Amino acid sequence: MEIPYTVTARPDTGLWNAKVGIWLFLASEVMLFGGLFSAYIFLRLDAEPGYWPHGLLNVPVGTANTAILILSSVTVVLAWAALKMRQYTRYKVYMAITILCGVIFLVVKLAYEWPQKFDHFGAFIKPSAMEKYEKYLGNKHLLSEGLPPRVEITGHLHNHEALHNPNIKEYEIGLDPIYTDPTNKAMDRPHFLYVPPTDKVAVIEKADVERATMFVPAHNTYFATYFTITGLHGLHVLGGVIVFVYMFLFGGALYRQNPEHLANRVEVAGLFWHFVDLVWIFVFPLFYLL
Amino acid sequence: MNNPPTTAPVEHETEHYAPNSHDVSKHVRGYLMVGATLLIFTGLTVFLSYVNFGSQKANVAVAMIVATFKAGLVAYIFMHLSAEKKLIYRVLIFTGIFVFGLFWLTYLAWYDPVSR
Repeated sequence: MEIPYTVTARPDTGLWNAKVGIWLFLASEVMLFGGLFSAYIFLRLDAEPGYWPHGLLNVPVGTANTAILILSSVTVVLAWAALKMRQYTRYKVYMAITILCGVIFLVVKLAYEWPQKFDHFGAFIKPSAMEKYEKYLGNKHLLSEGLPPRVEITGHLHNHEALHNPNIKEYEIGLDPIYTDPTNKAMDRPHFLYVPPTDKVAVIEKADVERATMFVPAHNTYFATYFTITGLHGLHVLGGVIVFVYMFLFGGALYRQNPEHLANRVEVAGLFWHFVDLVWIFVFPLFYLL
Repeated sequence: MNNPPTTAPVEHETEHYAPNSHDVSKHVRGYLMVGATLLIFTGLTVFLSYVNFGSQKANVAVAMIVATFKAGLVAYIFMHLSAEKKLIYRVLIFTGIFVFGLFWLTYLAWYDPVSR
């Protein structure tokens, strides 16, 4: 049976069906991400001083990925415009760029950003042992500056086996730059460029550590929300890419039969894609910059 | 299967709704301008995050104002909300109300009438 109103507008709504459908779906998506952002606000505002980290993500990479997503939003709307103008070759080119941008975004996230985090280590120091590690933490300096304290020491874990072997009594951490010069005012605020852990190794006794893990979702509330929201967002990017690939590969038959129908399909998929971009516009500053 | 209304689609309504190729070609330049603006404002967001506005809350507020402007551009131009049918706006108004309610529930979590 032929599905009606794929191109022409329904007289009662004034819209073709898929347009209503996608907006209702996007409304539900707003509620989904709204719930997660709501949780983010709640968790962040209630975090104890020092327990919401800053400067742990790679800002240049995040900025580049944001630009890539914006570029893909432009190309998908140009792909739709090309179909409206009945320029099929142009549509294919813009669609290919959109797909490429989506794939680059996912590769950067899944093959570079996330693994870099999984390879990073942090040990939360017990309040009773803070004094012992003051030379790394610099909390007296932060207190005098009116800044929240540092409660963990982060960097590259040299003795990975310490995570699982109870006989190993300490962690050997190649320190992040901030802990090598903690009273330097330049270290008070995060830097734009990512600087990898240094060669300076700190030995932290397990007995002085409240909890220590790699930067996985269980590490702290920040990473729990970061991986949840960017993971869900990444799934949306993947979904969009799959739909675009389908339209890129199999859109030709529909175009020859009814070009306006394909244009409408691309518009609907594009609306979803813009929404994914729109969510990232908020994710980027909230997790990478603030 | 759904039951389409018996009334036939009105041709001029479709015409009015779907911009013709001439209209679209006029918009292409606008889309490129919006894309460039979004990129510039991304750079601005990054730059402003390294400016000390006095408190973390002030920095968050500045970043969210810029992000809202960017999101507005995406919704208004790329998602064609500048010229959409009433039904879509109605759906979005209700969504806005429900999202507001959702955030308000978070606020309620801090509300403590007992020890207040």
